[in-house]
Amino acid sequence: MKTDDLVRLLATGEGSVQRHAAARRYAAATVVGVVAAGLLMLGVLGVRPDLAEAVRLPMFWAKIGYVAAMAGASLLAVLRLSRPGARLDRVLPALAVPVLAMWALAAVALAGAEPDERMGLFLGATWAECPFLIALLSVPMFIATFWAMRGLAPTRLPLAGTAAGLLSGAVGGLVYCLHCPNMEAPFIGTWYLIGMLIPAATGALLGRRVLRW
Amino acid sequence: MTDKGRMNTSEARLKDLLTRGLDGEATAYQAFLTEMSTHLRAYFRKRLARLPDEVEDLVQEALLAIHNKRHTYDADQPLTAWVHAIAKYKLVDLLRRRAGRELLTDPMDDEADFFSTADSEAAEARRDLGKLLDQLPDRQRLPIVHTKLEGLSVTEAAQLTGMSESAIKVGVHRGMKALAALIRGAS
Repeated sequence: MKTDDLVRLLATGEGSVQRHAAARRYAAATVVGVVAAGLLMLGVLGVRPDLAEAVRLPMFWAKIGYVAAMAGASLLAVLRLSRPGARLDRVLPALAVPVLAMWALAAVALAGAEPDERMGLFLGATWAECPFLIALLSVPMFIATFWAMRGLAPTRLPLAGTAAGLLSGAVGGLVYCLHCPNMEAPFIGTWYLIGMLIPAATGALLGRRVLRW
Repeated sequence: MTDKGRMNTSEARLKDLLTRGLDGEATAYQAFLTEMSTHLRAYFRKRLARLPDEVEDLVQEALLAIHNKRHTYDADQPLTAWVHAIAKYKLVDLLRRRAGRELLTDPMDDEADFFSTADSEAAEARRDLGKLLDQLPDRQRLPIVHTKLEGLSVTEAAQLTGMSESAIKVGVHRGMKALAALIRGAS
């Protein structure tokens, strides 16, 4: 087939194209990912019993704000990386700000604590399971985000996979906040971050194979 | 006119053609793709001097990619950057398949001059898209043949095949994506 014939074939019989494809796909993915992670959390883990009291504490909302900011920043990264030629400026600062803010809170908490209490602030009650439960809750969003991205056009595949994984990790972390009893900044700044980085690393490894077009 | 001035008018004109094409104006879209094929050809020919036979195949593959991914273009974004990123992605993908970036004869990263080079001398493509089209299942092949090669409307194609109108549209859409996947698998 000659290239001119291909051009004619491509141009013939096409209607108009719906706009905002990326926004629509990620909105659908987020609904599915959040609802499925919520059901998974309710079914496997359950809501923390003292949630009604916890919501009155500022640290509960600092934790939510931290994970939500990570979700927002990684969504920005995902949107940019789904579109050929889009610039990544402001994505890295947007990702760094919540992490640095939580680390600052952690430094204050550790500095104010007695030396023999510090390890407790850092390890909390559930450090060993927290990252894996966040990774578990991120699975539905991970699948949904990769589905959404495959319908778009990422050109930097490992990076796009990393961002998709980080977004699903943040969504998993957000749902996990309703279960997790730990409220100490050193804990959240470490184990929540590791929990979000597990799907991000998985996405980095899968990106090239799964997202190719 | 300076190179930069010429590029800015190219950018504006091509953007206008694509935008009208996205709104369903077939002649504008065809003009866009035709001009795009010359820029793609120049871009690939310059960078694939050691693989001249691959150039026209890659032009066609990139045109199909631009078509299949046209919903990702955002009018706030420079068209040059969008097209260049797709062309570069397809070039790297080819070189990865051929295992060797050392075959590259010119840097890939100069997106600014994308619209300042054009090459309208199409060589014969080695890959026959017509034959790949024949490999598609009927539910994808027939909608493409009727609406795109024979120029029937969706309604006419639906009546002729007994498929529903939405099945015709879905068939065309999936068929074009399947065609791109066949190209990736075949080379």
